[in-house]
Amino acid sequence: MQGPLIDTLARQGVTRRTFFKYCATLASLMALPPSAGRAMAEAMAAAPAAAKRPSVIWLPFQECTGCTESITRSHSPTIEGLIFDAISLDYQETLMAAAGHQAEEALHKAMKDNEGKYLLVVDGSVPLGLDGAYSCIAGKSNLEALKEVAKGAAAIVAMGSCAAFGGIPKAKPNPTNAVSVSDVIKDKPIINIPGCPPIPVVMTGVLAHFLTFGSLPEMDKLGRPKAFYGETIHDRCYRRPFYDQGKFAKTFDDEGARKGWCLFELGCKGPVTYNACATVKWNGGTSWPVESGHGCLGCSEPDFWDGGGFYKALSMPANPLKMASAAVAAGAVAGVAVSFANRAKKSAAKAGHETTTLADLEK
Amino acid sequence: MNEMQFLTWVRGTGLNIAVGIFLLGVLWRLIEIYSLGRKKDLSAPRQVAGASGWNTMFRRSLPPKDMGMVKRSPVSYIGGYTFHIGLAIIVFLFAPHIKTIQGLTGLSWPGLPSQFVDLVAVVTIAAMVVVLVDRINKPVKRYLSTFEDWFTWLVTFLPVLTGWLAVRHLLLPYTTMLAIHILTVEILLVVLPFTKLFHAFTLWGSRYYNGAVNGHKGVAV
Repeated sequence: MQGPLIDTLARQGVTRRTFFKYCATLASLMALPPSAGRAMAEAMAAAPAAAKRPSVIWLPFQECTGCTESITRSHSPTIEGLIFDAISLDYQETLMAAAGHQAEEALHKAMKDNEGKYLLVVDGSVPLGLDGAYSCIAGKSNLEALKEVAKGAAAIVAMGSCAAFGGIPKAKPNPTNAVSVSDVIKDKPIINIPGCPPIPVVMTGVLAHFLTFGSLPEMDKLGRPKAFYGETIHDRCYRRPFYDQGKFAKTFDDEGARKGWCLFELGCKGPVTYNACATVKWNGGTSWPVESGHGCLGCSEPDFWDGGGFYKALSMPANPLKMASAAVAAGAVAGVAVSFANRAKKSAAKAGHETTTLADLEK
Repeated sequence: MNEMQFLTWVRGTGLNIAVGIFLLGVLWRLIEIYSLGRKKDLSAPRQVAGASGWNTMFRRSLPPKDMGMVKRSPVSYIGGYTFHIGLAIIVFLFAPHIKTIQGLTGLSWPGLPSQFVDLVAVVTIAAMVVVLVDRINKPVKRYLSTFEDWFTWLVTFLPVLTGWLAVRHLLLPYTTMLAIHILTVEILLVVLPFTKLFHAFTLWGSRYYNGAVNGHKGVAV
């Protein structure tokens, strides 16, 4: 990129006004004061020559590249993608032209040149099993790479549910002993942006916040930006009125489903899932899972894969009852045994009963 | 354990254990109670005992003709009926609960609108608080109350309260409150067969028995 971001945007047909509107939207999405929109616009628009752009290193671990796909594709060629022009993405295996030694060189150069200042983005979980042998890059295990790169980072963004909470690799029985970034790194500010994949605007929002204020936005206790993960899908769902009225789709193709009734009974995890899908939506605000007729999977929550089945209502048992018949049998046996004991006691009492005679009373 | 793991535990392992103990306890107690038996009453029945038994089962659910107990102890009578009917509506006619029952037994039926059930929950909570306060305030009731009375009130009250708080998103995040709600229901399931709460099962049998015995003696009630 040459010159300030605002010029690059202009060349790509994005007007100054559109850019300011975008920054204002971003600020309001993140529940920041109106002045923050302006500050963001100024900070990003002014991002000048390449050497001064904040360095971002993106490490991929046990992941499916879905997070990268989500962020790079869903908004291209819209303005969100261009936010990347405000940063210097110095290492991103999927996107970078370099490979092998050149890529490694770029990584180490970025680390050296921006010691203590670069932002580390991680997608994918870190396998601890077999000394980390399950996933290696350039002969180094993910664990080693993470520790090495995290050392000089100003902050870490755990991108996607795998990096944030372990995600699918951590699903039972977790063969690689996968853990999240925050399980490994304890001494750096870490922000989790979970989702499978996360919403692009959440990523750009956090980046914009970091670029503007040099810090991470306010987080909830799971390390997620509160602005985007402050409310449940259920609370903001446009199908919520049907839940309140007790109108539920029973199958994916019944009348209720066609009328857009609540998907709770079809296993929607919206009530326990904190994310911004219902408000921000996907693909440039086109739609989102519930709008397209499928319940929320709860992908931005820890261990969503082991939450007891995607198509089971939240109030249904997570697993089939295993002890029920054994319990009935045991209860019946206990009941019969106690009855016999009681009857034996009764018979004994009857047998031991002494008749009181007149003579006894006169004693 | 984070709240999602807590929720999954109560929906899985916890429920498994609770339902197991519940079924075991119910079977055990029912068999034990009904196998105790009674000495055969050798006297000739004054009235048809069975008919009196059936009659009593239903008669006892209606207010007496002279409104005796309704007047003497209105709080117990009205409050008691209110929260029992409320509990039945909440447990059996709230859509997520029907889904739970369907998950466990395969049976399902239509539910009521959530807002109506919400109203019923508020009334039920209020009625339960009122009967508790009455129990505390009336010296005789307080004197007659044992630990079991306070304890069973609590284990019945907590699922209603936590469920209502969960639906209303009060006090704690929904996920945590829902998990706590399910846990309190599981505690109730475990406790039910072994306390006076077992009247949920023995109620009709006892009424029949009382009616039948009285009918046999010539006092059909």
